Amino acid sequence: MQLVPCPWCGPRDDAEFHYGAEAHVARPSVPADCSDAEWEAYLYLRRNTKGPFAERWNHAHGCRRWFNVIRDTYTHEVLASYKPGEAKPDIGETDRAQKDA
Amino acid sequence: MNRQTNRFAPHPTLGGGRIDRSSPIGFSFDGQRYSGYAGDTLASALLANDVHLVGRSFKYHRPRGILGLGAEEPNALIQLARGNRSEPNLRATQIELFDGLDAASQNRWPSLKYDVGAVNSALHRLFPAGFYYKTFMWPASMWMTYEEVIRNAAGLGKAPEGPDPDRYEHMHAHPDVLIVGAGPAGLAAALAAGRTGARVVLADEQAEFGGSLLCEDDIAIDGKPAADWVAAVVAELASMPEVTLLPRTCVHGYYDHNYLLAAERVTDHIGAVVPNTPRQRLWKIRARQVVLATGMLERPLVFRDNDRPGIMLSTAARGYAVRYGVAAGRKPLIVTGHDDGYRTALAYAARGAQVVAVVDLRPEPKGPLVEAVRQKGIDILAGYSATGAFGGHRVEGVDVAVMTPDGSGLARATRRIGCDLVAMCGGFNPTVHLFSQSRGKLRWDDGLDAFVPDRIHDPVGAPQASVGGAAGTQTITAAVKDGIKAGLEAARATGSTARQPAAPKVEEPGSGEHRTLWVLPSEKPVGHQGKHFVDFQNDVTAADLGLAAREGYRSIEHVKRYTTTGMGTDQGKTSNINALGIVAATLGTDIPSVGTTTFRPPYTPTTIGVYGGRNIGKLFDPVRTTAMDAWHRANGAKFEHVGQWMRPWYYPKAGETMRQAVDRECLAARNAVGILDASTLGKIDVRGKDAAEFLNRAYTNAWLKLGIGKCRYGLMLKDSGFVMDDGVTTRLAEDHFHMTTTTGGAAAVLGHLEEHLQTEWPDLEVYLTSVTEQWAVASICGPKCRDLLAELCDDIDLANEAFPFMSMKEGTVAGIPARVFRISFTGELSFEINVPRRYGSALWNALMAAGEKHGITPYGTESMHVLRAERGFVIVGQETDGSVTPTDLGMDWIVSKTKTDFIGKRGLSRPDLMLSDRKQLVGLLTEDPTEVLPEGAQIVAQLKPQPPMVMLGHVTSSYYSANCGRSIAMALIKGGHGRKGETLSVPLAGKTVRVTVTDPIFFDPEGSRRDG
Ligand SMILES: [Zn+2]
Repeated sequence: MQLVPCPWCGPRDDAEFHYGAEAHVARPSVPADCSDAEWEAYLYLRRNTKGPFAERWNHAHGCRRWFNVIRDTYTHEVLASYKPGEAKPDIGETDRAQKDA
Repeated sequence: MNRQTNRFAPHPTLGGGRIDRSSPIGFSFDGQRYSGYAGDTLASALLANDVHLVGRSFKYHRPRGILGLGAEEPNALIQLARGNRSEPNLRATQIELFDGLDAASQNRWPSLKYDVGAVNSALHRLFPAGFYYKTFMWPASMWMTYEEVIRNAAGLGKAPEGPDPDRYEHMHAHPDVLIVGAGPAGLAAALAAGRTGARVVLADEQAEFGGSLLCEDDIAIDGKPAADWVAAVVAELASMPEVTLLPRTCVHGYYDHNYLLAAERVTDHIGAVVPNTPRQRLWKIRARQVVLATGMLERPLVFRDNDRPGIMLSTAARGYAVRYGVAAGRKPLIVTGHDDGYRTALAYAARGAQVVAVVDLRPEPKGPLVEAVRQKGIDILAGYSATGAFGGHRVEGVDVAVMTPDGSGLARATRRIGCDLVAMCGGFNPTVHLFSQSRGKLRWDDGLDAFVPDRIHDPVGAPQASVGGAAGTQTITAAVKDGIKAGLEAARATGSTARQPAAPKVEEPGSGEHRTLWVLPSEKPVGHQGKHFVDFQNDVTAADLGLAAREGYRSIEHVKRYTTTGMGTDQGKTSNINALGIVAATLGTDIPSVGTTTFRPPYTPTTIGVYGGRNIGKLFDPVRTTAMDAWHRANGAKFEHVGQWMRPWYYPKAGETMRQAVDRECLAARNAVGILDASTLGKIDVRGKDAAEFLNRAYTNAWLKLGIGKCRYGLMLKDSGFVMDDGVTTRLAEDHFHMTTTTGGAAAVLGHLEEHLQTEWPDLEVYLTSVTEQWAVASICGPKCRDLLAELCDDIDLANEAFPFMSMKEGTVAGIPARVFRISFTGELSFEINVPRRYGSALWNALMAAGEKHGITPYGTESMHVLRAERGFVIVGQETDGSVTPTDLGMDWIVSKTKTDFIGKRGLSRPDLMLSDRKQLVGLLTEDPTEVLPEGAQIVAQLKPQPPMVMLGHVTSSYYSANCGRSIAMALIKGGHGRKGETLSVPLAGKTVRVTVTDPIFFDPEGSRRDG
């Protein structure tokens, strides 16, 4: 029932979208160079952040485009929405290193 | 028909209520006929007929009467109507009366007055707090039996047995401002917002707007009765084009980002099916601003046997008198800690009832309302407790006594006062349910003795305001003023610049200090004499709550579950705060430390049908059919679901079994001509200058050098290395391909490819378009299929050299423009003829007509499965389950060793994917050639008398093959590729089947039939 802002279509009900989990997990450019552990991390390991979180959404029942959203996973507040390839806005997303420390 | 003996005569100045005495209405309750008036609820009509006993309580089966006036009612639960339209657990206080209404009480047997379950009441010591947990936990194996007994004895109404015959619809609304509740605050907010021109939705659960103003006769607005102001405001709102008024609409769910659900009762009050009209309508509302004007709910007082019929909330008693012209009693007794109780005394006295006394918990009540009651000569018992009630099916009297100053005990002996109605006022709770559902934080207000809204959860994403009683406001003057302000601010937040209109002048009685006592003292402590009910619906008493606290429960969430308080269909609307107060007092702490409970949607019980709306039956999920569907149906096909598609499964002739039909179809496909409707295969148009490079990355094999007009089989993996889909893709031009996918995998493949294009390789210029629905496909196979096609196609050279295997030609078939593919899923000579969908039926008919002399035989998905299994072709999703690699399938040949990367390449070299004892695809032949293994059967090497045994794998496909003259099967078996020739066992219920491991290919291993 959340309102998800598609950068192309504007805010739409979340029923129109597929959730795509953590954003900015790039496919390694030369997979052959990855160790087994690195490849496993790319395939399966994702953060489970409580708080602002950069995540992917796909407007599956709309324009079919993928995009990124920074959303607080606890309050559901949407802090930013941006297209693939655009830089991640610096708005207090919990830093991975800081979280793991 | 009974007479309405308890109807007040219309008052010369106060009027006769909001009922229409010229419109009598006949209805029945428990089979007895009664009459009421238009404008009545079932509750007010029953009271007008002097019916107070309306139900039996849940646990003790005690006689119960009407406690409230609306949604808060815990006792008067009604089963309405009969047959599949019957609906349980409706509150009599919310059911609008209509002619022929057929109501029944619940939770009683054999009748309301003589109820066998009431024996529970005599055995009350067996039903302490946590009774269900303590009694029915051991042995656990008996729980199902206990539960059945409990449910039969408890039974809150009966669900209808058949499907709901009524129609429900969904509506979407996107207002600038949604206002919930049309009492004084909500009406004022709607007026202020509406006058700005903003798009406003005003919803109220009741039939008539006005809220509490409909139930008072001591309030004047702008010098006129409050009802006149209500009428004027509603008329103005109705004239505004951007304002939507939704009476009979309960906003019952408040979700993220100002998304709210409301259920509108469209025809329930008519009691008949109205043509072209749904019974109820679900409003899905996304509001930019929300104003919650949901008012307050009154709390009962907790005293001994406070559940006798005829004991009700003070505002309810007053509402019945003022709004419905009903004397809930002729000799009312008021018990109150608030001035508000005095208004009930005045309302009854004004209508000629004999108010026997006002029992006031406060030692020194004062103020204009107290003075007015005193002037009427009504006895005021200040500093008194109501120590206990008397009466069986109806209250007959109340014992009262002077309390000690701290209210914990009695200072003097009790005396009994006779009465036929007790109106009790234990204070007021803001109706914060929706605010809490939106995750707003509450604050305990010591002045009000109630929780009030404190902090909005998400002021940016879900801006909202609570006003009036919902915010803890205690006067109509303030409610109207705050409503105007909130309505205007909400409209301004959406862009309006209008100025604030003037607030009307409200005249209302002034009010003094109140006193809250969570339990009224009696001679004996709670639990020692009678019952002090807190939760009327679930029969939870003050003694139960005290016991839970003494047993160590500290959090109200645990106390709730242990005692079941607040867990009935009323969600504790009248009980939660009293329970909190009692637990906090027992623990010697304050209410905020005990916590508050979480309110969850829906605010009131809501019929499931309204959520389903029109998405039921055939509209629940779309059914996809091919262009040839009508032919299949006309020719007796049996169908199976494949994803959303309906595909012909097999075509039995008269008298044929499925096995006989499939055998006939399979033989024809290899000996004459078979024809399959292959339209459902997923088809994706891949275009762009980087299309070949993209396919090279998406499939395991090489694609850059595929010639134009050539086809290639491709296996698609996920990056984990596991098989995802397969299909044949054809190059139509240098930058243009036609991809096919499995029928069930089409959407997932398109999504997978789009995701990689958009997020990983945006530099590639490739465009993907689903064209599954654009093509109808007839696949013909068998030795005669070339002859057949030649009769219908004169612009393609069909000779093997001119039109080789794995190539595509464009031409016309039966005069229809077509793409013809020489690809085969059966191992036979085969042509897949693709035509635009609108020609699908014409193509099929032409092929069937021309093929008759060749013995053309349509075959369905079952024969397709058998034919491909005979040749050892896998079906993704049947031989694979998301954990199978190409190597496991024996398909190493299709995995490029030279490409540096493709999706899944790195995954394939993960250590666990390269183990030699992985489950691998093999063929299985049973010792008895007529034995057909069940798919999914487990395979073992070492048989034991009974499980557990070491299981090597399972059967993935198994059929009787008429072409092989025996059964065939495929299986995934640990280290299967190294087990060829071994004999293994398949233990089944009652027998064991011995099987030999073989290559998964059973027919024409040389592939000699492909070219015809
Ligand atoms: Zn979009």
